[in-house]
Amino acid sequence: MSKFFASASPHLRSTASTRKIMLDVVIALVPSCIAAVVYFGWRALMLLGVCVLTCVFTEYICRIVMKREQTIGDLSAVVTGVLLALNLPANLNPLMAVFGSVAAIVVVKQMFGGIGMNFVNPALAARIILTVSFPTAMTTWIPTSLQGVDAVTSATPLASESGAFSYLELFLGNHGGSMGETCALAILLGGIYLVLRKVIVPTIPVVYIGTSAVMALLLGLDPLEQVLSGGIMLGAVFMATDYTTSPITKWGKVIYAIGCGVLTMLIRTYANLPEGVSFSILIMNILTPLIESATAPRAFGEKKERQGAK
Amino acid sequence: MKDKNLRFPKIPFRTPGGARVPHRKHTADKQSVIMPTPDEVIIPMSQHIGAPCKVQVAVGDAVCVGTVIGDSDAFVCAPIHSSVSGTVKSITKLTMPSGAVTDAVVIESDGKDTADPDIKPPVVENLQDFLSAVRASGLVGLGGAGFPAHVKLNVPADKEIDTLIINCAECEPYITADNREVIENSWAVMSGVYSVLELLGIDRVIIGIENNKPEAIRILTEIAENEKYDPEDKVRVLPLKASYPQGAEKVLIKACTGREVPTGKLPADAGCIVMNVTSIAFISDYLKTGMPLTKKRITVDGSAIKEPQNVIVPIGTPINKVIEFCGGYKAEPGKILMGGPMMGIALIDDTLPVLKQNNAVLAFDEKEARLSEPTDCIRCGRCVSACPMRLMPTRLCADVKLKDFDAMRKHQIMTCMECGSCAYSCPAHRHIVQTIRLGKSQLRAELAKKKGDK
Repeated sequence: MSKFFASASPHLRSTASTRKIMLDVVIALVPSCIAAVVYFGWRALMLLGVCVLTCVFTEYICRIVMKREQTIGDLSAVVTGVLLALNLPANLNPLMAVFGSVAAIVVVKQMFGGIGMNFVNPALAARIILTVSFPTAMTTWIPTSLQGVDAVTSATPLASESGAFSYLELFLGNHGGSMGETCALAILLGGIYLVLRKVIVPTIPVVYIGTSAVMALLLGLDPLEQVLSGGIMLGAVFMATDYTTSPITKWGKVIYAIGCGVLTMLIRTYANLPEGVSFSILIMNILTPLIESATAPRAFGEKKERQGAK
Repeated sequence: MKDKNLRFPKIPFRTPGGARVPHRKHTADKQSVIMPTPDEVIIPMSQHIGAPCKVQVAVGDAVCVGTVIGDSDAFVCAPIHSSVSGTVKSITKLTMPSGAVTDAVVIESDGKDTADPDIKPPVVENLQDFLSAVRASGLVGLGGAGFPAHVKLNVPADKEIDTLIINCAECEPYITADNREVIENSWAVMSGVYSVLELLGIDRVIIGIENNKPEAIRILTEIAENEKYDPEDKVRVLPLKASYPQGAEKVLIKACTGREVPTGKLPADAGCIVMNVTSIAFISDYLKTGMPLTKKRITVDGSAIKEPQNVIVPIGTPINKVIEFCGGYKAEPGKILMGGPMMGIALIDDTLPVLKQNNAVLAFDEKEARLSEPTDCIRCGRCVSACPMRLMPTRLCADVKLKDFDAMRKHQIMTCMECGSCAYSCPAHRHIVQTIRLGKSQLRAELAKKKGDK
């Protein structure tokens, strides 16, 4: 008599896996990577390579040192690497990119236990670490290859006069800025892919961008220009939607995204920083556990049900 | 006081969560096959929720089909009948799939299938007669839970029931036994419905059925809409979205009436009685013939089964004999399930008998038998959106890991019905149901200990 394999129910599992989800995120980032290479040339490609390789290698070493099972196969380190690269200026010294990647994986991700345990988004935290460590290098933007060659540096739309760039230029990303955040079109394509593949629900990006636009109106700014400039698009679609650091409850996502939008616009308008996306998402990351427990759904049958339906 | 404004919903009410499990209803259009009586049946004394029966026969006794072989004085209990005619060979102990050990009567069949001479249609003049008849029939919830039917139908006087829901959702993958029951025995289904609604004085009967069973929906609707049979329009069919776990009692009540059964309460507290469609058809057959529950239609399917089909088998037939009847294994079986793949129990022994409340036997090959190893939770929230009870499974798992009993209670761990939607959806393949089940039993033990201390 052969022995049967016994296990607890359910005996059927969906085909979803962490690896497939991360692969989908990488695929969604491809348009932005292409845009970065088109606008910023080989330096963009090199920085992408440096960040991805460093992140994966660092995670590999970390898991060995920590004597834990190897997790580079889940591709989350690749996602961190690509996201970090897209948050950097194209002419950044590659060694600085290596420093940022190591910080993201070691300090932010693995020291807290690896995937699913980090309390802030690793790529975002690394961007902030780099901005604080190398403020000049991190805010020196080179012109895109399609802008005039005579320019040595290029101002970002946020640092320019309002109206310096047309909506179309902003949408297509032909202006200075971090490699991945300039082209709204590419980000949008990636975001639509993620929603169609059911990797994310559109709540956070839509509410984040919507709140930012409303805040811009209230502050007397051009909403469309504000939304298309700086890191709002990249932040809303790829950074704020990070599973680990955003609430898993439906209403939690709404509150979190409103918080991101409000903080971003307040920082842009009143703080002594050119950009507010990184810090506002970081702050909301930290508030996520609180938001989550405050928005836990009412369990089925809990409390008295309204005597509505007959 | 009855609500005069009771209406039928045109479309089902929204229910939370749910998982898109594959249907795999391969046997839906296949006529059921009656299996010949086996040489021997093993009939356990515990085939229901409640007190196990005491053996009423001795070794060497002659029994017929329908002879009572087990009964008890307990209220929550249903008598057990012989499913073959022959002699009692032995009385043994049997380890059930749940791990509990119970008495079992082994009967050697004489191959004649003689019905017990005392069997005659019950005389039912009032509700009390009806409840006694249902008890005598040995009927338990045939959807899988196995709750004695006469207990369910015996509604406490302080509860007002206005709706009878017939559960024909059959949301588990593979299983088509209820679907075949409706198609092959539709008149019994409807006459059972009319008997129960008359005896219990119910004004509204909703037959909830997933929309992946178009033929069954068509047949039931035809009868329910015919003025000749349903002059007062008390019975209607409500097609439901095919989404797991649509057939879970609380989910079905919500979909059919919009009401939520309060935490820790019963369907009667929401004014409903829910009965499985095969149970209701059996009641009708029993009222006509008086033949107790001795046979059951089960779906035999899975990647290791040669000829998947629905088989009507005598209760107590060893599972390996049923599989043999279906052409045997076509691949080395890695896992045998009693019930569906979402909530069924994995067996370690295929010689166990078919029970009253069984509706499927599934056998999977080695490849399908093994599940992926769990990895770290990535907090994607799929378990939260899949939970039909609006719980947060990942948070409950954390509570269980920390053995934080207060948090488990606060987060309503007992509301979990272990449907498996969370674990099905989890991309990290975590053992969510297993962990929650562990937490529930630890919490129960803790509460019992506290009670004992006082």
